[in-house]
Amino acid sequence: MSILLSDISKNFGNFSALDHVNLEIPEGELVALLGPSGCGKTTLLRIIAGLERADEGKVLLNGQDMTDEDVRNRGIGFVFQHYALFRHMTVFDNVAFGLRVKPHKDRPSEAIIRKNVHDLLNLVQLDWLHDRFPDQLSGGQRQRIALARALAVEPSVLLLDEPFGALDASVRKDLRLWLRHLHQDLNVTTIFVTHDQEEAMEVANQIVVFNKGRIEQKGTPSEIYDHPSNDFVSHFIGQTNVFHLEKGDSDWLKSAGIVLDEPRGITAHVRPHNIAVEKQTDKPMSPIFLKDWQHLGATIRLELSREGENGSAKTVFAEMPNEQFRQLELAKGDKVSLFIKHAHWFN
Amino acid sequence: MSQSNIMPGFRPTLGFTILYLSLVVLIPLSTLVFNSFQLTWDDYVAIISHKRVLASFRVSFTTALIAAAVASFFGVIVAWVLVRYSFVGKRFFHALIDLPFALPTAVAGIVLATIFQPSGFLGKLLIDNFGVQVAFKPLGIVVALIFISIPFVVRTIEPVLLEFDTSMEEAAASMGASRLQIFAKIIFPNIFPALLTGFALSFARGVGEYGSVIFIAGNIPYVSEIVPLLIVTKLEQYDMEGATAIALSMLVISFLLLFVINLLQLWVRKRSGQF
Repeated sequence: MSILLSDISKNFGNFSALDHVNLEIPEGELVALLGPSGCGKTTLLRIIAGLERADEGKVLLNGQDMTDEDVRNRGIGFVFQHYALFRHMTVFDNVAFGLRVKPHKDRPSEAIIRKNVHDLLNLVQLDWLHDRFPDQLSGGQRQRIALARALAVEPSVLLLDEPFGALDASVRKDLRLWLRHLHQDLNVTTIFVTHDQEEAMEVANQIVVFNKGRIEQKGTPSEIYDHPSNDFVSHFIGQTNVFHLEKGDSDWLKSAGIVLDEPRGITAHVRPHNIAVEKQTDKPMSPIFLKDWQHLGATIRLELSREGENGSAKTVFAEMPNEQFRQLELAKGDKVSLFIKHAHWFN
Repeated sequence: MSQSNIMPGFRPTLGFTILYLSLVVLIPLSTLVFNSFQLTWDDYVAIISHKRVLASFRVSFTTALIAAAVASFFGVIVAWVLVRYSFVGKRFFHALIDLPFALPTAVAGIVLATIFQPSGFLGKLLIDNFGVQVAFKPLGIVVALIFISIPFVVRTIEPVLLEFDTSMEEAAASMGASRLQIFAKIIFPNIFPALLTGFALSFARGVGEYGSVIFIAGNIPYVSEIVPLLIVTKLEQYDMEGATAIALSMLVISFLLLFVINLLQLWVRKRSGQF
């Protein structure tokens, strides 16, 4: 089911949670609403679901105006941040709930319900837990049960509010991939809210970046990462070094080989992997030295500092593969020279 | 208790609990049991099976059960309104709920008797319009017991409703459940154990209530005479044995009923995965 949001605004008292948001989501997409906390992304998700009413604007599901329609009749599945499992019901009864509350004429027979529920529990690989209560499950298991429960009513849109927020890191990694694969199998339009840019990049086909109730940018993960449309997006997605020309950071850029005769803006954002580092042996005059470095896994992060004069407190981060770092044979305190391979310019 | 606990002091606290229960509950109640040993079994049966005594037991327990049931019903609604909605004067109502706790029960009884007697404000209204007389009937006892037991229900349900995760309701709604279904299948099962506690407290209070009831009940033997009143009457006549026998029977029945309610509660909790 396609989703069209036109001119959605929502205020809580004086606080503007959403400010004239327009968004179109085609059928079958897996979309991440990404933004810092308090940016309005969860509010928008709840407005799509019908759990919250917009002050202004329209919600169209599959071309039909659903703005004033109750959550019950929107055909959505909603997964809550803290799962909201019915704690007085077994896992089986939780998943069966949506089928059992259907009006008499639409309600499947108990045999069909049983089959559907077991199928769903198999889909989330937790059928062996069917007679447990939610309190007896781990966080990751609860999350998958919540998903199975939402899928039981065959929703045409699946909405997930910070689905992995309350899970520990390793479980989160597994579930991200699992959700992506599940979406590929079911192909149901899915929107999830997250504040974790890594999660958005890893799971979604499309990312919508939010800030202060407005959409900053919408695009595929590659578009957002490689061509951020403004400094907020660039800063929020991935690591970046920010250089302000007006604040004396131009020294950095000069020493890093960026020509400043024709700056294309007043701030330059440079990703750590777009900085090349070379060891200085013949020219010991370079003001930049290696202050510290950390092992991040596949890459090494270098903390680079500049000696003396203005802006000296600033640290620039560079990243390079392990192998390359080993070949450089750098030690802390060694002088280095920088080359910036690519920068994004913003005003 | 071999495992180490963060809070030490299992022994002293258990010791204190036993001491407290002994001094305040067990020793006074055991004197009642010991006193009753002065009676032979035949004497005991004779006192208890007296028609007036049996009638008073029937009056006491049925009125207490009905009152507890009614108070539970309205208590849930009151607690619901106080927790879920904000409105002008909410704090005032909050304070009002506890008033029956603080009020001397005799005062409550006199006030209720005054307005519900056939010439009183509400009493006249009810008799003229519906032909129902409240005061000096068992119905009057029920009214008095509801009055004093509502706070028990409200105050036991309230914390559970406050803690209730409203996203469960939203989840149920998103799956298409109607409001009625959400209440019946999601909210009610979650507050039911607390409701049973409130019911048990109301009932226990109702069975033992004396002050508020005697003014409105009329205290007609065989009709609206409650057990506590009968005990006091026996004591006033220096009939120690009679009073003891009735008191002991009441103790046993109340204990059994509360025990059954507790078992029911345990069963409900077990069945719904709350241990």
